[in-house]
Amino acid sequence: MVVYALYGVAALLALAPVAVALSRSSLASTVIYGASLVVTIALGVIGLKSLFAPAASTAGLPLGVPWTGAHFRIDALAAFFIIVVNLGGATASLFALGYGRHEETPERVLPFYPIYLAAMNLVVLADDAFSFLASWEFMSLSSWALVIAHHRDRENMRAGYVYLLMASFGTLALLLAFGLLAGSNGNYVFDAIRATHPAATLSAMVLILTLVGAGSKAGIVPLHAWLPLAHPAAPSHVSALMSGVMTKVAVYGFVRIVFDLLGPPAWWWSMAVLAAGGITAVMGVLYALMQHDLKRLLAYHTVENIGIIYIGLGLALAFKAQGMAVAAALALTAGLFHVFNHSVFKSLLFFGAGSVLNSTGERDMEHLGGLIHRMPQTAFAFLVGCVAISALPPLNGFVSEWLTFQAILLSPQLPCWGLKLLVPAVGALLALSAALAAACFVKAFGVTFLGRPRTPAAADARETDSNSLAAMFALATLCLVAGILPGIFIDALAPVTHALLGVSMPQQSGLDWLTIVPIAESRSSYNGLLVFIFVTLSGSIAAFAIHRLASDKLRRAPAWDCGYPDPSPATQYTASSFAQPIRRVYGTAVFHAREIGEMAPPGSITPARFTVELRDLIWDALYAPVASAISFATERINILQFLTIRRYLSLVFAALVFLLLVLAIWS
Amino acid sequence: MVLTRDFFFQAGQMLLVLLLAPLLTGFVRKVKARLLRRDGPPLLQPYRDLIRLMRKEVVLAQNASWLFRVIPYIIFAGTWVAAALVPTFRSGLLFSWTADLIAIIALLGSARFFLALAGLDVGTSFGGIGASREVMIASLAEPAMLMIMFTLALIAGSTQLSAIAAFMLSSQVGLRVSLGLALLALIMVAIAENARIPVDNPATHLELTMVHEAMVLEYSGRHLALIDLTSELKLLLYVSLIGCLFVPWGIAAPGAGAQAIAIGIATYVAKLAAGGVLLAMFETAIAKMRVFRVPEFLGVALMLGLLAALLRFVSGSL
Amino acid sequence: MHGITFDIAHLLAGSLVLLSFMQLYQDRLYALLNIYALHALVLAASVAWQAFVQDAPHLYVTAAIALLFKAIVIPIALHRIIVRLGIHREIETVVGVGPAMLLGMGLVALSMVVMLRVTTEADPLAREDLAFALSVVLLGLLMMVTRRNAVSQVVGFMSLENGLVLAATGAKGMPLVVEISVAFSVLIAFIVIGIFLFRIRERFDSVDLQALDRFRGERR
Repeated sequence: MVVYALYGVAALLALAPVAVALSRSSLASTVIYGASLVVTIALGVIGLKSLFAPAASTAGLPLGVPWTGAHFRIDALAAFFIIVVNLGGATASLFALGYGRHEETPERVLPFYPIYLAAMNLVVLADDAFSFLASWEFMSLSSWALVIAHHRDRENMRAGYVYLLMASFGTLALLLAFGLLAGSNGNYVFDAIRATHPAATLSAMVLILTLVGAGSKAGIVPLHAWLPLAHPAAPSHVSALMSGVMTKVAVYGFVRIVFDLLGPPAWWWSMAVLAAGGITAVMGVLYALMQHDLKRLLAYHTVENIGIIYIGLGLALAFKAQGMAVAAALALTAGLFHVFNHSVFKSLLFFGAGSVLNSTGERDMEHLGGLIHRMPQTAFAFLVGCVAISALPPLNGFVSEWLTFQAILLSPQLPCWGLKLLVPAVGALLALSAALAAACFVKAFGVTFLGRPRTPAAADARETDSNSLAAMFALATLCLVAGILPGIFIDALAPVTHALLGVSMPQQSGLDWLTIVPIAESRSSYNGLLVFIFVTLSGSIAAFAIHRLASDKLRRAPAWDCGYPDPSPATQYTASSFAQPIRRVYGTAVFHAREIGEMAPPGSITPARFTVELRDLIWDALYAPVASAISFATERINILQFLTIRRYLSLVFAALVFLLLVLAIWS
Repeated sequence: MVLTRDFFFQAGQMLLVLLLAPLLTGFVRKVKARLLRRDGPPLLQPYRDLIRLMRKEVVLAQNASWLFRVIPYIIFAGTWVAAALVPTFRSGLLFSWTADLIAIIALLGSARFFLALAGLDVGTSFGGIGASREVMIASLAEPAMLMIMFTLALIAGSTQLSAIAAFMLSSQVGLRVSLGLALLALIMVAIAENARIPVDNPATHLELTMVHEAMVLEYSGRHLALIDLTSELKLLLYVSLIGCLFVPWGIAAPGAGAQAIAIGIATYVAKLAAGGVLLAMFETAIAKMRVFRVPEFLGVALMLGLLAALLRFVSGSL
Repeated sequence: MHGITFDIAHLLAGSLVLLSFMQLYQDRLYALLNIYALHALVLAASVAWQAFVQDAPHLYVTAAIALLFKAIVIPIALHRIIVRLGIHREIETVVGVGPAMLLGMGLVALSMVVMLRVTTEADPLAREDLAFALSVVLLGLLMMVTRRNAVSQVVGFMSLENGLVLAATGAKGMPLVVEISVAFSVLIAFIVIGIFLFRIRERFDSVDLQALDRFRGERR
């Protein structure tokens, strides 16, 4: 099995020189994206078959480090993430078949796109530390190349710079983590690492390093700062891949190291993960609410969902540390289900944003509006994505949040005191972030698609091409299916939890009416299909009754607007005005938000000006001091570039004398 | 046989909540008027209002989309399904296992999501005011509701409403501090969610004081009738929820006979009446808050819910 | 299992914590005094209930003292002082309502952890009652720390003392001598504070502590 997967990866890598060769041709994007679509679908099928295979399949290649070679393996966890990666890749390729035709500089995007897909697959397939880290770096570098594809824009170059720095930092942390895991005998193969368990302090350091390293790629606060700069800068299908898929590959890295390679967890590990997840969830959505750039809003929102996933993973760690295996399986299933759900609806939303960008040339919500009339199908698909991401029944976002809440409700049985106080607080943060997410997407959909067009670009928008629409509707259908038939997905995750924890959740597929019962029938159950049927049935009964009993006359007229209909679309709410109550409640504490209104004196014709000032406190407190410290240090060390020959010789002499002294003194 | 009888009761409850909802609103208005020494509108006036609205022509704004026309049906369906799943006179509803308390809260949340979208659809500033204030209120009311749900689920060991109602009826429960705090928080959340004073004024004509009314400003005719019916149904749902969770005496057990059902219906109507009187008295005695005092009000509800959940987590078996 | 008697005692202790939170929420002086009167009333009810349950008649005297002095005399006297001094009726806060509530939650969590860890062998309801009493003490202190108005600080001090009385009666036994001496010391302190407030008011025309700070003559 894994051999076929490696063939697929090789096929993707082979597409890169093809892209370079074809770069001036007009067929280039069709060929590359079409081929990527086929290969990613094939890889997804391989992942699906491996998920239910009884044993993992391995392969070794004589590449890489001479004495180890490169090992690759598909087990249940890898198979699940292969499915997630390639689902995202396939839909992105399908979307790009339409979207990519508008690319101005295809030669900067096309060669790196298949490499990016290949690298993500390789990270998941890797079975030893070297191939893992090499593929991780490939993933970072190819996505960096895609981020700076539109290099004329200075914002993109800055985004690429910050991204490269954070990616290097993350890889360094992971390198140290793997070094500690491999131990003194230096065996980097995962099987060997699984067999030996380092001491408690070393395990703790590995956890922290993994949380920092994989977390910075996933977007854990405070290491998230690169994400809202880099994700919007890339072309839209690449943004979808970065937000929807690459962050999940980072989660895979975390799960692989912490749940698989490290030994039994200590009692406090889950507290660190839970705290990180809770803070990330709330901060992410608060940042997202303050944005009016559609793609930046979506990127910040990814941070929130990563927080939710880490809350699930933290709960699983807590239950695992106490030996409550079934509860751990529930929490892990909730976290991994959210991984799948998020990749689906975040890709859908980014595709929608890409279509809007294509049709109108605008990313700023405050220049859009009324697009539901001009782009009805994109609007419908985007609406499905918004409802799904706001965790509303009967779609899939609700199911993973429901499962996470059920896991939280099991946690009073945990004896640790810190957890007894932390878990309800994290539950409150989760509930708060869910409510704020709904607010965020009312804003995103309402300001962009509803209302009246605010600029001529929005008024003249046209619907996107059928490939993009096909990708979006495929994902929207998947959202609905995962919401109505969650039992299938929970059972599909059973091999994964079985491999990592030894048990899995109770079998869901045999239950009446496709209900899911995570713990016990008497405790809780949910039936997405019946809820969906009831709501549609009630709506239909209401519609039928209304049409029978009520008048069906209808007349169009100007908007009522309390008797003052205003023809100017500038009087409707903008994104920042919609967020103003929330900005006032939460923003003054979290962002030091200030609103400054400058009114012109009476009789003057200068316009009034309204400014909103937000400060990113994490940037000011963490990144700016580090950056200035590094600048200061490098300024000092830079002197070494300009020494005279005599000074260089004396440096060499001093180093030699120092080494001899060490040799003399140290016995 | 048991199945058809249960189905009959489930359908009966759905019909009952639909029929009683406007009556509850009419009763609250009547009591408020009486407290202000006015005669007030007749008890059945909301029914007449609904029929009158249904007969009228719908006037749609020129740029209202298909979503604007569909949303009243969506929110009515969501609220009706949620109201049908809250035990009123008999626990053990046939479909209570399809959606537990979290799902009911989320169904009401999706109704609110679509209503906020309706406010933004026509592109007027009043719709925007209503929608932005509504989501701010929701951003605090929904977590408070979820914290209350946590507390109840921890006490009763289940998130199914029928199971919680049955547990509350049994003798195991006793008076607990967490329940008291949860009751207080639930009352505050219910006031906020149903747009009653002090959070929002359902009878105001001043647009700048509106939250819920501002979102539905552009609706008319049969659409407005559905939206009015939905808000009446939501009020009934919350009063039934408080009654089922905290005052559960009188709810008939699943296998009970006709006499128990009759007692159940009578106690349910009495609970609705008591809730209506208390709500009317509270609304008359207190003034509406400034909009930015509402987050403090709901923040207290969230704190109470969090405190109740914390006490449950910490005390374990108590 | 615990019967209804223990549940009522527990509920009264919990109501005391709730009322302490409500005191933190108030921003008007008269409302604060009313809540404090209610606080003392609930304390009296709780002590009387403990007297009934433990069959300790001297606690009825404690309850009567709490009812008479703390629920009636002191609020009326404070009301009069406010009117005489002309103190303006809003309470200036150092920390807003939201952060004060969050801090209060943290303090309740802290007192629960401390009490439940320290008293491992006692009866669970008594442990929770002690934890509630400690919470009331800590919340009273929080009120003194986060309010600038001197009268609200007095109220905070009073509610702190209420928490101490709750703890003492909950721990099954507080000799009448102790109670009388504590009550007298509170009364003396109250009279002294009242006299000082009058003098300060005469001299400086204000009892806002922030303003009074300036008159201390130190530069900060």
